[in-house]
Amino acid sequence: MKKFETLSSSVVPLPIENIDTDQIIPARFLKATTREGFGENLFRDWRYNGDNTPKADFVLNDSTYSGKVLVAGKNFGCGSSREHAAWAIQDAGFAVVISSFFADIFKGNALNNGLLPIQVSDEFLAAIFTQVAKEAKSSLTVNLEEQTVTIDATGAKESFEINPYKKSCLINGYDDIDFVRSQTDLIEEFEENKVFKFY
Amino acid sequence: MAKTLVEKIWDAHVVKREEGFPDILYIDTHLIHEVTSPQAFDGLRKRGIGLFRPKQTVATADHNVPTLNQHLPIKEELSRYQVDMLTKNCAEFGVELYGLGHPFQGIVHVIGPELGITLPGKTMVCGDSHTSTHGAFGAIAFGIGTSQVEQVFATQCLQQSKPKTMKIEVNGELRKGVGAKDIILYIISKISAAGGTGYFVEFAGSAIRSLSMEARMTVCNMSIEMGARGGLIAPDETTFEYVKGRKFAPAGEEWDKALAYWKTLYSDEDATFDAVLTYDAAEIAPMITYGTNPGMGIGIAEHIPATSAQPETERASYKKALDYMGFADDESLLGKPVDYVFIGSCTNSRIEDLRAVAEFVKGKQKADNVEVWIVPGSKQVEAQAIAEGLDKVFEASGFQLREPGCSACLGMNEDKIPAGKYCVSTSNRNFEGRQGPNARTMLASPLTAAAAAVTGKITDVRELLEEV
Repeated sequence: MKKFETLSSSVVPLPIENIDTDQIIPARFLKATTREGFGENLFRDWRYNGDNTPKADFVLNDSTYSGKVLVAGKNFGCGSSREHAAWAIQDAGFAVVISSFFADIFKGNALNNGLLPIQVSDEFLAAIFTQVAKEAKSSLTVNLEEQTVTIDATGAKESFEINPYKKSCLINGYDDIDFVRSQTDLIEEFEENKVFKFY
Repeated sequence: MAKTLVEKIWDAHVVKREEGFPDILYIDTHLIHEVTSPQAFDGLRKRGIGLFRPKQTVATADHNVPTLNQHLPIKEELSRYQVDMLTKNCAEFGVELYGLGHPFQGIVHVIGPELGITLPGKTMVCGDSHTSTHGAFGAIAFGIGTSQVEQVFATQCLQQSKPKTMKIEVNGELRKGVGAKDIILYIISKISAAGGTGYFVEFAGSAIRSLSMEARMTVCNMSIEMGARGGLIAPDETTFEYVKGRKFAPAGEEWDKALAYWKTLYSDEDATFDAVLTYDAAEIAPMITYGTNPGMGIGIAEHIPATSAQPETERASYKKALDYMGFADDESLLGKPVDYVFIGSCTNSRIEDLRAVAEFVKGKQKADNVEVWIVPGSKQVEAQAIAEGLDKVFEASGFQLREPGCSACLGMNEDKIPAGKYCVSTSNRNFEGRQGPNARTMLASPLTAAAAAVTGKITDVRELLEEV
C-alpha cells in the first residue's frame, strides 16, 4: 500500500446524500478480476448517457472542478460491500473522500486501500461546498499526522478522527495481512481452545 | 458481567485484544462468490501463500449466473470468465465449490442456512453486504470487502473493532397481509438508511420471536440497509428445529453438545445496549418504497411525504430521488401501473416466500401489462417448489419460474429491468440503476409483489385477501 502524506488539492464537490456503491460503480462493471481500471466507470450512470456520451452537467465532466479530494453529502458509500467502489475512486485519481458521514463497510474498504475517508461536521462540509461554489479551484489541506483538514482560502480548520492503528498503517504503508499472519501462534492456540470445537 | 448476545459471541472469538488496535476476531466460516473473490485469490498468489483454513471456506456462483438454460455455457463473456475464474481458483486453493450444475448451488445466503453451514454462535463473513442474513440463527455474520476476504483467506481472522449494540424490539401481533419484509421496511423507514451505522442490531420482541426462520432471515438480511454492521436474533426452539438434521449440522452426540451451548446464547436480562428502539407490530401495514434508498418507504395506503417536510439540507437529494422515480410530493402509489414483478433475491427467494406467492395466485392470472419473474434462491428451493407443484401454479398464472441466482436484484446477468420501467421487487435495494440503467424499483413483500402481478398496478394486498 502506498504511504499517505500531507495533501493540498482542489476538490470535486458532489453535494448529494446517501450516495450508494451502486452509483459509485454499477454492478454490471464488477466483472473484472483485477483491481485496476474501475475509474473509467466511476459514477458511470451519472457521468454518461445511455449512448456513452458524457453528461455535460455532471461534475466529473466539468473542467471547472478537479483535484484529488472528492467531497460528498452524508452517508457516503452505503449499500453493497463492493470494494470496487474504493478502487474506482482511487483509480480515478482521488486520494481523499470527505463527507459528514460514511457507511461502515465503505470506510473500511477505503482505509484498506490507502484512500483516506475523512468525516467532518455538517457545518464544515457546508463550508467546503460554499467555498467551492464561490471559487471552484479552492484548495483544502489534509494533514493526516495532525488529523486536520483546512480550507486554505479561509483558514477554517477541523480535526477528524481515525483509528490510531489504521492511521499508522496509512502513514507507514503497512500491510495488515502481514501483521495478522505474524500472530499465527496465537491463532492456533485459539483454535485449540475454542468454546465450541464443532465450528 | 451481564453481556448482550453480540458480546457473548464476539468475546468467544477474540484471538487478540490490544489497546489502540482493532480486535483480531476468529472467523468460523467464510462464504465466497465469484464477484468479490478473484482479487483476493490473486493477492494470495502474489504473497505465495495458500488459504490458512480452506475447509472453513465454501464457495458458490450466484451473482453472474443466468436464470434460464443454466445447463448451457454462460453467454455473456465477462460473466462466464468470472464464474470460470472462481472454479479455477477453488480448484487451485482447495475450496469446496457448489457451482453451476451442483445440486447445492444457489444464492450464498440461501444455501448457507439450508445446508446447516449457518449455525448459532458462529462468526461468518462473506464479501457481500447481505451476509447479515445468517444472523437470523444467532450468529455474528457480516459483509466484508475484498481486502478483508484476502485477510480471512490468509489468516482465518479479521481485524475488527467491536461494534456498538442496538436492540430493536417489535412486540405484538402482525396484522393480516403483513410479514417479515414489511417489518424490516417499516423499521428502516423509521430510522433511515443510515440509522443503524456503527451498530450490530439484535432484533427481539414477541413479533420477532413468532417469526419462522425464513422470515427471520428476511429481517436480518436487510440490517445493512439501515447501515448496521449486521443483525441477529437469539436462537430458540424455532432455530434448533430448523437446523436439526441439515446436511452439515452437528448430529448425534455433537448435537447434544451444540444444543447445550446454543441455549446459553441470549442477551442477559440486565445487559446494556448502546441504543434501544421499540415498535408495535400492529402499527405496521404492508410497506412499499417510493424512492431510491430503502429508507424511503411508506405504508402502501399512505401518500409520498412532501419534499418540504424533509430537512432543508436533504431536500435536493430527496427531490432528485422522486424525479428519478417519476413520482411527486403527496401522491398515492395505489393504482400506479407496474411493468415488472421480480420475486427473488437473498431477501425473499426461499420456499416459504414461493409458497406464499403460490397460495395467493392460485386460480388467478397475471395482468397483461406485467412480466413476472420468480427466481428461486437455490437449486434445493427450486427442487422443493417443483416437488410441491408450485411450478404448475405459477405456470397456470403466467408467472415464469426461473433457475437460481441473484438475478434482477442487481442485474449482473441478463435479468435487467429496462430503462424507465417500474418493477415491484422483493429484493433489498431500490438504488438508482440497481436493476438496470434507469430502472425504477419499488421494494415490497412477496405478497404485495404478487398482488401487483395479478392486478398490473400497485395494490393493497389486504383488499384482495378480504375477498377470499
